[in-house]
Amino acid sequence: MSPVFDRGRALWLIVRRSLRQHLLSTSITVLSTALAVGLVMAVFAISEQSRRAFAGGQLGFDAVLGARGSQLQLVLNTVFHLETSPGNIPWSMYEDIAKDPGVELALPYAVGDNYQGFRIVGTSGDIFDRFEFQEDRKFQFQAGGRAFDSSRREAVLGSTVAEKTGLALGETFQPSHGVTGKSGETVHEEEYVVVGVLEPTQSPSDRVIWIPIEGVFRMGGHVLRGTGEEFRAEAGQSIPDEHKEVSAVLLKLRNSRAGLSLRNLINRQGKEATLAWPIAQVMVELFQKLGWVQSVLQLVAWLVVVVAAGSILASIYNTMNERRREFAILRALGAKRRTVFAAIVLEATTIAGLGAIVGYGVGLAILFGAATVIRIETGVAMDIFAFHWALVWAPALMIVLGAFAGMLPARKAYATDVASHLIPAS
Amino acid sequence: MPLLEIHGLQKSFAAPDGSVLPVLSIAHFELGEKRQVALEGRSGSGKTTFLHCIAGISKPDGGRIVIQGQDVSRLSESGRDAFRAQNIGYVFQTFNLLQGYTALENVLLGMYFGPGPDPDRATSLLERLGLGDRLGFRPSQLSIGQQQRVAVARALANHPKLVLADEPTGNLDAGHAAEALDLMRSICREQEAALLLVSHDPAVLAQFDERLSLSKINAAVGGVST
Repeated sequence: MSPVFDRGRALWLIVRRSLRQHLLSTSITVLSTALAVGLVMAVFAISEQSRRAFAGGQLGFDAVLGARGSQLQLVLNTVFHLETSPGNIPWSMYEDIAKDPGVELALPYAVGDNYQGFRIVGTSGDIFDRFEFQEDRKFQFQAGGRAFDSSRREAVLGSTVAEKTGLALGETFQPSHGVTGKSGETVHEEEYVVVGVLEPTQSPSDRVIWIPIEGVFRMGGHVLRGTGEEFRAEAGQSIPDEHKEVSAVLLKLRNSRAGLSLRNLINRQGKEATLAWPIAQVMVELFQKLGWVQSVLQLVAWLVVVVAAGSILASIYNTMNERRREFAILRALGAKRRTVFAAIVLEATTIAGLGAIVGYGVGLAILFGAATVIRIETGVAMDIFAFHWALVWAPALMIVLGAFAGMLPARKAYATDVASHLIPAS
Repeated sequence: MPLLEIHGLQKSFAAPDGSVLPVLSIAHFELGEKRQVALEGRSGSGKTTFLHCIAGISKPDGGRIVIQGQDVSRLSESGRDAFRAQNIGYVFQTFNLLQGYTALENVLLGMYFGPGPDPDRATSLLERLGLGDRLGFRPSQLSIGQQQRVAVARALANHPKLVLADEPTGNLDAGHAAEALDLMRSICREQEAALLLVSHDPAVLAQFDERLSLSKINAAVGGVST
C-alpha cells in the first residue's frame, strides 16, 4: 500500500477511536447537527412543496366567480374550503356565465353549514358527472355509493369526512349552521342521508360534504336575498330563480382567451362580482405576500446550522487539553504536524457527515409532520419524497462548515509541543 | 562507522526568569550497531532531553547528531518525524500508550507512520512478548507489566536500528523490572537493534556491561566535556 493510503487509514483509525472515546459529546453534536441539516432541508422543501401544492397543482378549476371583493378570499373559500365566503351573487349570474361560450363547465357553489367542522357545500350533480379534479380524473365512489339525487336530502362525503366522522352509507346527520364547526351553532332540523363516500383524492375535496344546492336554499333558517328582499323557502313550494343566490361559481374555461375576456368584463367593467383568474396566479400572489415569513424561517434554519457548526467546534475544542498527550504520543511515533491537523479536521467533518446522514431522517420526520398537519387542516397532500436541491446542498454545506469548524481545534493540535507533553521527563 | 555519533551537542531552555538554562553540553558520544549501553543519570540531569534530541523530538541548539550517516539535527521537523518513524524505536517510562486503542492498534499505529502497517508482524511481536491473548485489550485492561511489553513491541515494530529507552522499568516492581529488561534486551538482540537505555536505578544499570554516567559526559550539569 502507498504511504498516503496508510496515512489515510491511520487518520481514520484516530478519528474512529476519538469518536468512540467521546461517545456522549459526539452523539449530542451529531444530533444537533442532524437537527440543523434536517431543519434546513425541511424548511426549503416545505416551502417548495406548499407552493407547488397550493399554487402549482392541478385544482380542476381555472376561475372562480364570486361576490365583489378579494380574489384570494374567493379562491381560499371555494377551492381550498378555507376562510369564510365574501358574500353571495345572484343565481342569474351563475346562469349567465354558464352559457358563456368560453365556459366549459360552471358549478354553483353554496356554503353556510357544516357537520362536525366539515364544510357542507351545495352544488349540482355535475360535480360527479363532469368535473375532473385532475386531468382525466373524476370523483370515484367507494363501494355501494352513488351521487346524490338533487331532489332529495342526500349527501356525498369526502373520504376524510367519512373517516373522521364515522358516517357510513345509509346513516343520517343534521347539519349545523355556520362553516367553522364551533360549539354553540344551531343544529338544523333537516336530516341528510349519506348515499356515497368518495375515494381519496389527496385534495381539499376530501374534507367536503356535498349536498344538492337546492338543499342549501331550503335549509331551515336560510334566507335568500337574490332580489334584495328576504325570501324563505317553504316545503313543497318551488323557489323562483330570482330569489336564489350562490356563494360562488366554479369555472372550467375552454381557453385562456376566455379567461382574459371574462376578467375584463367582470372585474374592470362590472361592479357586482369578482372573477378570480387564473387561480394559480392568485395563490402565487399569496406566497409572494408571505415571502418574508419564508425568509425568516430560512434565516432561523441557517442560524441553527451556524450554531451546529459552533457546537462541532466547541465539542472538539473542549477535548484538546486532555488530548495533548495523545497528540504528543502520535507525533513521537512519527506522525507529522499536518497529520494531527488533518485528523482533527477529519473528525469534525465526520461528525458533520454523520449529522448530515441522520439529518435526512430528521428532515423527513419534520416534512412528514408538516405534511400531516397541512393535510389535516386543508386536505392538500404534499409529496414528502419529492426531490429538492436542499437535500443535496444542505448536507454538503454542513459538511464543509464542519470541516471549517474543525480547523480551530486542529490548529491547537498542530501547535502541540511534543517534548513538553510526553510526561514524565527524567 | 558507529550507528550513532554525537558531536558538540548543545541544548538549553529558557528559565522562568528569562535566563538561559543549559541542559546539555556533550562534546562527543557514540554508539555502535547492535550495542546495548546504559546511561546513568540522576533526576534532572537531562536524560530525557538527551534522548529527545537523538530521536529528533527536540531540536538541539547546536552540534551534530548523526544516525546511520544521516545528520538528523540538520533535518526539518517534518524530516525528523519521518526519520524517527523509520529508524528509531522509543520506550517511555510511562509507556505512553494510547488509551483508546487496543494493544494491536497501539503497535500498528506506529507502523502507519513508518514503513506501513504489517498486522502479521505486530501480532507476532505481541505474541513473542506473551500478549497473544491480549491483542484486543486496551491499556486500561492490561497490567503494568503487560503495558510495558506493548510499549516494547511498538518500539520494535518498524525494525529500528536504534531503540531508546527512558527509564523503561521505572514503573515496575523489582521482579517485573528484571523480567521486562531481559525481554527487551533479548528482543533487541533478535532484531539486531542497538539499545540506549537511561536509568537512575542501580539494579537496572548493573545488568549492562557497558555503562556511562551522563553527568560525566554532560558539561552542562557539571560533567567534563570530552
